[in-house]
Amino acid sequence: MLPRDLKPEQFSSYPPEARKLAVNNLTTLQQLPLSFLPSLLRELIEYDYKFPVEAHEISREIAQLGSLSPAQMQEWFRSFRELSLSNKFEEFNWLNQPAQFVEQLSAYLWSTHQLDKFRKAAMEYGDRMRATATPAQPPASRLGIAIIGQGLNSYDGLLFRNLREHGTYFSHINPENGVQQLLKVVATRAQASSLPYGHWYVEGGQTIEHSPMLTCVSYQALEPVRLALLSNMQAEIKRPGMGPEELRTNLAALQPADVGLDKQGDAVLNHFQLKLLTEGSGTQIFSTTFAQWTAREALRRAQPLTLLVRFGPRQRERSMNELLSNTDGHSEPDLRGSLIDADMGAYYNWINQQRLPGADRSSFIAWFEGSPQAVAIGPSFAQGATSNSVASLKDILTWAVG
Amino acid sequence: MSDASSRPTLGGIAQGLSGSRRDFLRSSAGMVLGGALAGASPFLYAGPLKKRKMIVVTFGGGARDQETFAPQGQDNIPRLLKELIPQASFFTQVVNHGILGHYVATASLATGVYETLNNFASVPPQHPTVFEYFRKDLKRPPTDAWVVAPSNGFSHIGESDSRLYGPGWGAQVVLPKHLLMAAMSQGTTDYEHLLRDNYETPLFAPQLGGNEFELRQLETMLKLSVADFKSQAKTISSPDELSIYVAHQLMRQQAPSLIWITMHDIDVAHTGAYSLYVEAIRRTDRLCAELWKIVQSNPEYAGNTTMLILPDFGRDSDEEAGGNGFQHHRTGDPSSRTTWMMALGAGVREGVIYDHPLQSTDLVPTLGSIMGFQATLSQGRPIQDLL
Repeated sequence: MLPRDLKPEQFSSYPPEARKLAVNNLTTLQQLPLSFLPSLLRELIEYDYKFPVEAHEISREIAQLGSLSPAQMQEWFRSFRELSLSNKFEEFNWLNQPAQFVEQLSAYLWSTHQLDKFRKAAMEYGDRMRATATPAQPPASRLGIAIIGQGLNSYDGLLFRNLREHGTYFSHINPENGVQQLLKVVATRAQASSLPYGHWYVEGGQTIEHSPMLTCVSYQALEPVRLALLSNMQAEIKRPGMGPEELRTNLAALQPADVGLDKQGDAVLNHFQLKLLTEGSGTQIFSTTFAQWTAREALRRAQPLTLLVRFGPRQRERSMNELLSNTDGHSEPDLRGSLIDADMGAYYNWINQQRLPGADRSSFIAWFEGSPQAVAIGPSFAQGATSNSVASLKDILTWAVG
Repeated sequence: MSDASSRPTLGGIAQGLSGSRRDFLRSSAGMVLGGALAGASPFLYAGPLKKRKMIVVTFGGGARDQETFAPQGQDNIPRLLKELIPQASFFTQVVNHGILGHYVATASLATGVYETLNNFASVPPQHPTVFEYFRKDLKRPPTDAWVVAPSNGFSHIGESDSRLYGPGWGAQVVLPKHLLMAAMSQGTTDYEHLLRDNYETPLFAPQLGGNEFELRQLETMLKLSVADFKSQAKTISSPDELSIYVAHQLMRQQAPSLIWITMHDIDVAHTGAYSLYVEAIRRTDRLCAELWKIVQSNPEYAGNTTMLILPDFGRDSDEEAGGNGFQHHRTGDPSSRTTWMMALGAGVREGVIYDHPLQSTDLVPTLGSIMGFQATLSQGRPIQDLL
């Protein structure tokens, strides 16, 4: 089947809001090339479980495509149409399995040396789409916080190497009640700018008391889900003919309830958490990876105003088969390695935050928990500077966001 | 708002990566630019050669500049910088235009053609491998070409399914983890840390093999008893360390002329744990230096061996929004495609940097020109600076 053959009734398996959006814009979807449309459908089919910001962006994208003249449509998608696709893609059930289609398309583009062309076409498309509207500025300046080194008393290596050049390094922070001070500020921000999924607390270890207004995702709280998922994966791996691609396809088909996520809970957050574990590499076994990936996805998808990530200690490295089978799942943690992971994770959190609208007003603070070391980045802080003055985290937060 | 027309080109970014490697090595290791040298063949200085030996080492599953040849990465590669680079010719810009999966990329390196096979399938390369060219053209016995490879997927890397070459003309492939699994089947299970496999798909960890074939390989080729092998393995900390031990044993017992060692520890990066990735780079750095020492201490190899070290490709850059930095090599950005190569030993100019772009597929025809065989179906071109 080709996009031009699409009919309204074929969207019957889509969730209600997604179906409505697709059917209302069917003429637009019919005009898109097969090398492009499933990528859009992959997002659209999840529309009912999207965060408000991304749902708005999907609607806007489809509306924008619908406003193009035939000549513009031709121009926008010329590069995609120039890609050569095998006939097997027309036979694929791309309407109902767009994610699997995109995965197979990706493998095909690699193997036919067309990936660079596709990449160029996708970047051009992204540039054109972004140029159609000024990004909505956030209602308040963003604040990112990374707390690293949980459980480690001291470290003699250089911390915040990548972040320091972008902000001010503080060497004499008073660490007392630091985590509580930071969470309090996050709660105050949530109170002041109440937005759905606007203020997050990501915990890589044990969750501590926090405001119910925060969207909270925790590695430890998800332990039963992770164990259910690992058990599912172990069972699948043992099946004859199972390979990495087949396993991915199976994981993509899982629903939150399949791995024990609460049916009565927040459906959007449940789908988000499921994807963290089924699409992220290493999120199932290493808490540092989980915290970093959660932050990346939260920033990319929910575009929060506030994101506090407290990295926790991860387990020591063992053979992959051991890790996946979860034998001795509560092994001794690798505290030093976790700090190094989290230091890099904090850098990635900042990079991902800076990709969002309002980056020039955003602030970011990274702190080695329990220590006097922190770095602060934002309009209020000099770049590449060091401060040896005594300060509290509350002081730094006040300088950052008032 | 970014403007597509003002975005740096792929070639421009690759050139930038190359330039930063060059500048760093010139300042830190005192190397000179190759273009400043006279064009005479380095073999004029190499003196009479014994039977030529060649060792190719792929540098562990993809490492980026930030963690290696950029100034902030130098702490991770002290042995390359201080011991090997001063003896080496260094090529700053090796670009891989193929599929960035480890098996298919290694197959491409070994055939000189950008292979399109399924990275996760256990299938032979589609085009003749360097081992087949070498053995068929030079009429070398099966024991003269060996591959030491990291995991299940590499079991077919030694021999293609090309009709012109193929069956009977390939390299012998030794999979150290399979040797260990076979040895373990006769007793203890204390070696899990050496059996890490297939980080490229961390969601999927296939069961490792290991049977009678591996036990025979252990005894007849490596001349190792199961007890000795297990005893030695207890002192080893990683799969790549095990590979180097096996390669050492091969060199002592079989002295092959062509050895290909694929390192893989660095690919632990796919788990997202940065500390493990950096630790693996440091280990690979140490293992490369130790391997070169092994070469120098073996009379069959000392003085007549050329060793080439190169990653199969890089990893995604921190700035590439579609990726997740060091964790993967999925975006096809310049950071993931552009890497380097170091050549040292017989016939190689020491302390020289070459800045012009090469392709991964140039490796096999270069080996052919050095060793005297024709890589007729390769798509690459011999690297003149090594001839």
